[in-house]
Amino acid sequence: MAMRAWLLDPAPASRRQARLGGWFRAWLAFRRNTLGMVGLAIVLLLLAVAAFAPLIADPASALTQTLENRLQPATWAHPFGTDELGRDILVRVMFGARITLTIVVLVSLIVVPIGLAIGLPAGYFGGWIDAALMRVTDIFLAFPRLVLALAFAAALGPGIENAVIAIALTAWPPYARLARAETMTRRRSEFIQAAELQGASHLRIISTQIVPLCMPSVIIRLTLDMAGIILTAAGLGFLGLGAQPPSPEWGAMVSTGREVLLDQWWVATIPGLAIFVTSLGFNLLGDGLRDVSSGRG
Amino acid sequence: MARRVAASLRRLGALLFSVVLTFLGLTCVTFAIGRFMPIDPVIAIVGDKASQETYDRVYRELGLHEPVIVQYGNYLARIAQGEFGNSVMTARPVLEDLVRVFPATIELAALALVIGVVFGIPAGVIAATNRGRWPDQVMRFLSLVGYSMPVFWLGLVGLLLFYAKLGWVEGPGRLDVMYDDIVAPVTGMLTIDALLAGEDEVFANALGHLVLPASILGFLSLAYVARMTRSFMLEQLEQEYILAALAKGLSPWRVVWVHALGNIWVQLVTVIALTFGSLLEGAVLTETVFAWPGLGLYMKNSLFAADLNAVLGGTLLIGAIYILLNMLSDLVYALVDPRARDQG
Amino acid sequence: MDATLLRVRNLSVTYPSDTGDFRAVRNVSFSVGRERLGIVGESGSGKSTTGRAIMGLVRHPARVASDEMMLGDTDLRRLSERGFRRLRGKRIAMVLQDPKYSLDPVMQVGQQIAETHRTHLSSSRAAAKQAALEMLEAVHIRDPERVYHMYPHQVSGGMGQRIMIAMMLIAGPELLIADEPTSALDVTVQSQVLSIMDELVRGRGMGLILISHNLHLVSSFCDRVLVMYAGQVVEVCAASRLGEAQHPYTRGLLAALPELGRRRAELPQLQRDPAWMEDIATPLETPALGVGP
Repeated sequence: MAMRAWLLDPAPASRRQARLGGWFRAWLAFRRNTLGMVGLAIVLLLLAVAAFAPLIADPASALTQTLENRLQPATWAHPFGTDELGRDILVRVMFGARITLTIVVLVSLIVVPIGLAIGLPAGYFGGWIDAALMRVTDIFLAFPRLVLALAFAAALGPGIENAVIAIALTAWPPYARLARAETMTRRRSEFIQAAELQGASHLRIISTQIVPLCMPSVIIRLTLDMAGIILTAAGLGFLGLGAQPPSPEWGAMVSTGREVLLDQWWVATIPGLAIFVTSLGFNLLGDGLRDVSSGRG
Repeated sequence: MARRVAASLRRLGALLFSVVLTFLGLTCVTFAIGRFMPIDPVIAIVGDKASQETYDRVYRELGLHEPVIVQYGNYLARIAQGEFGNSVMTARPVLEDLVRVFPATIELAALALVIGVVFGIPAGVIAATNRGRWPDQVMRFLSLVGYSMPVFWLGLVGLLLFYAKLGWVEGPGRLDVMYDDIVAPVTGMLTIDALLAGEDEVFANALGHLVLPASILGFLSLAYVARMTRSFMLEQLEQEYILAALAKGLSPWRVVWVHALGNIWVQLVTVIALTFGSLLEGAVLTETVFAWPGLGLYMKNSLFAADLNAVLGGTLLIGAIYILLNMLSDLVYALVDPRARDQG
Repeated sequence: MDATLLRVRNLSVTYPSDTGDFRAVRNVSFSVGRERLGIVGESGSGKSTTGRAIMGLVRHPARVASDEMMLGDTDLRRLSERGFRRLRGKRIAMVLQDPKYSLDPVMQVGQQIAETHRTHLSSSRAAAKQAALEMLEAVHIRDPERVYHMYPHQVSGGMGQRIMIAMMLIAGPELLIADEPTSALDVTVQSQVLSIMDELVRGRGMGLILISHNLHLVSSFCDRVLVMYAGQVVEVCAASRLGEAQHPYTRGLLAALPELGRRRAELPQLQRDPAWMEDIATPLETPALGVGP
């Protein structure tokens, strides 16, 4: 295991070796955290299913209605049964994973840049910039997420893009706060002062020095938030505000399954289970990452 | 003494300013949504076959020719008077509708909160004092499960299990149809009103309908409250004063429940306020599942009836309470913590 | 009359861990009578852990073992948690380092003093308050009525430490363990607090174990000195005879102390010998001195 020895070398010869070594050590610490590993497994499963869904099953079968086949309980042909329009639930759940993943990724891509863009200058420059930006952040922080999403949908119409915007608009404040806190801690550090003395511009300092330091806590926070985002998105879907039928969005599937809940319980329960397990996976993963990073390992 | 009062007042003032500012921010959002939506508000009223004159007339009546700032100002003025417009669905003033449906939501949220707090705080304390051992593991597991569960799914599963299969509770809705209109609405909360009117059967039925949604919401609240309590407790138990208290010969019971809890109860108030806020927020989903005729269901129905006034009115109401709860917890902190008190 | 208040023989405290057990305290033996015993050591020497072990405050998962641990007639080894609770505050008391952190921040200091009284003497609220006020006077706090209602963050370090002393001594213990009682205080206040502690200990015929990293402090305040290194006792002698110390560690410490009358170009640095970490073949034991009031 020469690779392992190289990574764990207490006196690394290059910056790359030090950095990779650091990642490897963190990974070893994480590996000991059983629940975190379970979470990682679930998340990886989600990614795999989302990525390979079209290869495993025919995308059309998620949408084609075969009414003779409707509301079948679990069989070998349909491991999770069929829904009220005869579509295989397992296949729909698998394709629904893609939708879930899309929402999660889109929200993250919006939320992190906005959060950083607001939090970093606030922490870095302080003074009235800080006060003003934090005021804005506090205002958005105090908005109720689901309700606002509802209001947006009322105005803009239902649809996955609007759902993403609505969620992102209320999800960014914690990241601004996080970025600000991290920046304020590092701001007075000697290595920042050294960079300033070298003549680095503020932008350069922020982007090359401070952003990388913020990223670990941002990522951990993001992972923990994922669960909440997934739940909110599913909630919107349940209300009919997310991806529209016949899209196999999990929340929407639960909603349509309500009508046949008493006799064909699987139609509503299975997609809901998918939401639960996915959310649980992200929570476990996030908890594990946080434990490792805080040294409790 | 006078200086302390002045400092408190100053802080109170700052907080109120925050609240007002945030609420204004909310009204900006609702105003923006209301004004800049794809549907032309004039056409919504006059229809698309109206003449140009009618269109212009209604346009002016709605004040749409004014600069946006003035329109916003008018909007604020109307809000201040409780004028949320009329509901398309019910043809009544939105404010009236809100007053009618709100108590049902409060009833549900209040009971859920009580369940969550009464069981959640002790659970968190027990988990913290037994760190690493089975009570801790169980609580953390349950808490995690509660965090990860979609409330609407849990509600459905609960209905399926406890109502359909086991018959332990009543089904969706607040009251069986045959009990409708027996009890006069005093508080708007059926259980209380039924008790006040002495109608035991109605009370039992209302409670039977209330128990499942409240328990489910209670469980989810419990997850959060217990987790936060545990976290706060662990932080306290590592402090020196706990060791000193034990060194004095105090019983662990007293050390935990008097000293440690005494140091975290302010943080717990924050947690409770936030929990109540999220209960209100999630009402839309819960009430849909349980056909509970509260604010959440009202908003959902308004949404699908394209009743923008109603949706925005509800948003403002929930938003305002949510903001108040957030800020209230800050206030409690500032007023109560003896250290913060003296820092002026 | 046997003057010994506390007798400890071969006390060991071990912390289990993944990488092997860590022995924080190894075969420590000593006795304390109505005297002032100082335990000196650097961080990690096990001195604080020793004090806590005597009071049963060493937390799980650490293991405490000893051949003998007697407080008067009470066998501390057989004591349950309940038993220890009755002891703490009533027969043995401990004063901690920093009153900012060791007093409950949200309770009035007077109430915290009264609490000890009520716990051990089952007194009424009024009686406990009265006792607390008297105790505040005993530690030379002026205007005890006003101070009673103050909160920990409102009192200075020296006052806070006197409050701590009041809180721990109010139930009349026989033995006081003071763990770095003056380390968090300004130099000017240190001697005040020490003299108050001295006054009370002498006046009540108590024994005192003073734990500190400050050799000078211990040697000037205590009757006997115990030096600990890496969990073991390496030196025991009377404070006045410290200059005749045998163990190289003690000699190294003494040499490194600056002295007013002596000019030296450089203070010698303590050279650590890894041999000091090894288990001592025959651990030192010290009989108690019966120094009366």
